[in-house]
Amino acid sequence: MLAPEKNWWKPMGRIEKTWLTVAFVWCIFLTLMMPLWYFNGKQNVPTETYRTTPEKYGAKVNAFVEQYTVGKDDATGLPIVSAPPGSDIYLRASTWQWYPILQLEKGKEYRLHLSSMDYNHGFSLQPVNINLQVLPGYDYVATITPTSSGEFTIVCNEYCFVGHHTMVGKMIVK
Amino acid sequence: MATLAPTTPWTKDAKDDYRNCPITTLKVDMHTERLIIANAVMAVVCLTLGGIAALLIALTRWQAVHLLGAAWFYRLLTLHGIDMLIAWIVFFEMAGLHFGSTVLLNARHAAPKLAWLGFGMMTVGGLMANAVVLIDPNSSVMFSAYVPLKAHPLFYLSYILFAVGALITVITFFINIVVAKRENRFQGSLPLVVFGLMTAAILATYTLLEGAAAIVPAFLWSMGILKTYDPGIYRNFFWGFGHPAQQVNLAAMVSIWYALAQMTVGIRPVNEKFSRLAFILYLFFINLGSAHHLLVDPGLSFAWKAVNTSYAMYLAVLGSMMHAFSIPAALEIALRSRGYRKGLFGWLRNAPWAEPGFSSLVLSMFLFGWIGGVTGVTIGTEQINMLVHNTLRLPGHFHATVVSGTTLAFMGFTYYVIPLIFRKELKLKSWAKWQPYVFGFGMLLTSLGMITSGLQGVARRNWDITFAGVVPGTVEITLAIFGIGALLAVVGGIMYVTIVLVSILTGPRLEASNLLLLTGTHNPIIESTKLTDEQMEDKQNQPKGSLVLVFAFLVWFAIYYLSNWWLLGRTWFIR
Repeated sequence: MLAPEKNWWKPMGRIEKTWLTVAFVWCIFLTLMMPLWYFNGKQNVPTETYRTTPEKYGAKVNAFVEQYTVGKDDATGLPIVSAPPGSDIYLRASTWQWYPILQLEKGKEYRLHLSSMDYNHGFSLQPVNINLQVLPGYDYVATITPTSSGEFTIVCNEYCFVGHHTMVGKMIVK
Repeated sequence: MATLAPTTPWTKDAKDDYRNCPITTLKVDMHTERLIIANAVMAVVCLTLGGIAALLIALTRWQAVHLLGAAWFYRLLTLHGIDMLIAWIVFFEMAGLHFGSTVLLNARHAAPKLAWLGFGMMTVGGLMANAVVLIDPNSSVMFSAYVPLKAHPLFYLSYILFAVGALITVITFFINIVVAKRENRFQGSLPLVVFGLMTAAILATYTLLEGAAAIVPAFLWSMGILKTYDPGIYRNFFWGFGHPAQQVNLAAMVSIWYALAQMTVGIRPVNEKFSRLAFILYLFFINLGSAHHLLVDPGLSFAWKAVNTSYAMYLAVLGSMMHAFSIPAALEIALRSRGYRKGLFGWLRNAPWAEPGFSSLVLSMFLFGWIGGVTGVTIGTEQINMLVHNTLRLPGHFHATVVSGTTLAFMGFTYYVIPLIFRKELKLKSWAKWQPYVFGFGMLLTSLGMITSGLQGVARRNWDITFAGVVPGTVEITLAIFGIGALLAVVGGIMYVTIVLVSILTGPRLEASNLLLLTGTHNPIIESTKLTDEQMEDKQNQPKGSLVLVFAFLVWFAIYYLSNWWLLGRTWFIR
């Protein structure tokens, strides 16, 4: 609170130096962890992105659903769509629905496309707990491999106006 | 030796209107005094509004209670964010800037008219934002107002008014310092607390300009003048404002920490260079943090995210870790040199725990670092963010930083502002003694409840998670912990507001007669000036206890951080 003495530029004490060194080493470790995981880890944030428009993306989703629909969900009436492993699969976010219901095979890789028709949405796959931001105008491609099977819920976790909490979808892994 | 009186004596001239503070011997400019009072009152008003919203929101998210309907929940959540994260904190910081740039420098307020203009704009902006959110159902767009969600144009205008008002106030801070220097009101370097506030002010300038870059186009877009506004660009600009704004809070809070430590224990900074370097690290690196909010956004590369989210090389984190040592160490040396030398922690046992300024300092530091800091660095790690983004772990983190940290420190500081600046006797002192503990413990539970719920996938900003259908039974328990914690914190908040109101509204104007409120009649600020170099360097006074504390902190940090990598490694493969 008070003005320091005239010459305050003094060498640090031994204890300060010790802590500064330890803290700095820890910071370097924190920094290195991200590239290390990027090259060696199996869970990385997708970066592949394409510009799109709601119209273009909507058309792609419709074509995809038409080609690969295998059934209909009784509760919601939404199509259940199953594309062969390795292919591009499409999920559409809009107020307040995830469309369609994707059916995947465990241990197989898919290119999952995500985009929004209107507001920001949040792709939150539960209980796997993978969370990605979904924006209108951006076709975000996540290359995923399910490592567990069952029925999973897709929650919207980006606020998208008053019906936000009702925006719940489904994903099936066999 | 640090001195209390101005190094160059100066005589009162026509421009000066000040009183002498009997406690600190500092000169208090009367413009500054009125500005501090006005800003502090608005801060408490906004805290009260935001606090009422907090209570109702928490009682809704506590699934067993589930009080509000969806529309009111989202509306009050928007209000809560604006009143707390912006209005309460920024008003308080503006009071701090007026204080730091004049009183602590023995200087006059050189631009009071400009400062009142800033205050007026902030007040209009803040109240207008509240009114718009309460009246217009379409303006429940949350504090972050992501386009293309479209609020009423007045919503954006209120942000702009508030931000420009704040910017004007920040400018008066710089004017005051330049004028004080030119008029020789102080010599040599700025005091550490003012140096820290200067860091906050520089960060605030940058932050507010970036806020304009985000909100002005949104304002034009909401009126139809601008046809489209890219949602990704908006998010980048908005968090260029939203995240650094929290770093302004950080720098201001750390400055207040140093002030509280000096006022309640009488510390001398262990090494001015060390502490100032830590502030400089904030200045250079902390603004990269806007990337924290965009880690799982489309369109950005790994390199961009990793460099930015790590503040280049966690150098801003290094700054905080330096303060985390420097402040306890200064406390330890001061207490040891007064004879509390027993063992590693004898000094801590003999610290003034009943003094609200001290308890709020310690609780604020502990909760900020151990909960807020550790979770923040962890969830700000690029890959780990996939497990966390937009879950309740996020508000769990920032309630530990901004509420348990900043708000608690500001609350503790208020108790000294009342006698010294309002010149009113602090009433309900026994409440003030317990208030930091009640509030701190409540916020600890709130954060833990949120973090553990978020770990189980519970989304933030969500009225009813039972729709998700996947929520395990334990979520009921963790959400109840959050709810109970929030109730306790609200009790602490009511205690705070009551103490402040009773103190400033009743009783006569009274010059303060004592600095400490509950723990004695000595004056730690005067005592701090008597700490000699020999005492600071005495072997027996060395801060060994603090070193143990920071190492314990590092161990906890490592455990939490690494266990999150382990959790990430167990989820689906994704790239």
